Amino acid sequence: MKKFSVKTIVAIGIGAALFFVCGRFIAIPSPVPNTSITIQYGVLGFMSAVFGPVAGLLIGLIGHALIDASWGWGVWWSWVIASGVFGFLMGLACKKINLDDGICSKKDIARFNISQLICHIVCWGAVAPVLDILIYQEPVEKLFAQGLVAGISNAVTTAVIGTLLCIAYAKAKPQKGSLTKEE
Amino acid sequence: MINIFNYIERQSPIHRLTGATKLVCFLLWSFASMVTYDTRILAVLPVAAVILFGVSKIRLKDVKFILSVTAVFMVLNNLLVFLFSPMHGCEIYGSVTELFRISARYVVTREQLWYHLNLVLKYLAQIPMLLLFVTTTDPSEFAASLNKIGVNYKIAYSVALALRYIPDIQREYHDISLSQQARGIEMSKKESLVKRLKAASAILIPLILSSMDRIEIISNAMELRGFGKGKKRSWYMARPFTPADILSMIICGLLLVLAIIDTAKMGTRFWYPWA
Repeated sequence: MKKFSVKTIVAIGIGAALFFVCGRFIAIPSPVPNTSITIQYGVLGFMSAVFGPVAGLLIGLIGHALIDASWGWGVWWSWVIASGVFGFLMGLACKKINLDDGICSKKDIARFNISQLICHIVCWGAVAPVLDILIYQEPVEKLFAQGLVAGISNAVTTAVIGTLLCIAYAKAKPQKGSLTKEE
Repeated sequence: MINIFNYIERQSPIHRLTGATKLVCFLLWSFASMVTYDTRILAVLPVAAVILFGVSKIRLKDVKFILSVTAVFMVLNNLLVFLFSPMHGCEIYGSVTELFRISARYVVTREQLWYHLNLVLKYLAQIPMLLLFVTTTDPSEFAASLNKIGVNYKIAYSVALALRYIPDIQREYHDISLSQQARGIEMSKKESLVKRLKAASAILIPLILSSMDRIEIISNAMELRGFGKGKKRSWYMARPFTPADILSMIICGLLLVLAIIDTAKMGTRFWYPWA
């Protein structure tokens, strides 16, 4: 686990703010009610990959709770928790990816995308509907349909946006070992 | 910049409660309405919420837009429940009382309608409290409140940072979006979904990269000021509890206890008068 440093704290704050802005203002409506195609999970996946599981967890929790609180549909704790779990799992899965070293190889991209796919399946296929059933007791079929649509659209946007962000960020960083010491 | 969290400054007893109290009350209240499906309790909560709204001097026109979103969401959610499982109420209440038929699959039953009534009541119990909390709590006091109810101050500070930087990032997003549009990217509904996703990333990449710089700058500034060295910190916006604070927290606590005892006593979360 990465140390809970000042940088992590700031990353959580700014990450949650980014998550909020992306989720609140850059939403594309989907055919299923109450579920829109949003790009914040690309940002969340990327932030978790850079700052680790604890930051991912809190960015998901805080960002999603703020989005829900700013709309009129109430805070859906089950989905808020699912977002947090997604950030946490992504942070764990992407530990081996060192974007800060300025490297984003094809292997890293593959790892990022496979883990985000698995994390999305876990979160929207299992965590969110199961919590919904426990807390709200709504019909199972409806919850799984909502979870399915959310999961697929999130996985697609994470694949596009998250991957692009990883590449762009790694390019902007000076590569590790790019400087050599003069004899 | 638009004020998303709609904090409305007025003089009222609810505004005078500390942020921590309102947070605790909001959480207890929403857990109570989440736990129970007892119509008797659920029917009382919205009435109480409306009375509290009156006390808080928040007017209907202040929250009109959000309430319209609530209404749309509520209708869609109920429709979706009915479409996916028209007999859900019957499964829950364990009986079938047919009222009329729409088609072979969609039969309207008394149990189903009762279940929908409960769903609607649940919304009406929760949403007004959320609105009340959001409109009467100063965002700057919110972090102090989180810390007061036992959240680690570093995490509370993250929340404060998020609230502080949302307007900044929003403005930056807007600026980048305009300058990218000036260069010819298309974000409107006329474009295909894939093109719009690509356009979104053309805005997002500069936004994220500049935010990463921002993280660096802020964390350096905080580190230089010795943030995180102590075990505790004080808050400029924190206020001490008054008797009114403690009383309102006790009332909301009792509400949750009532909901839990009631559920335990009935042996089920659902209450049905015709059972």
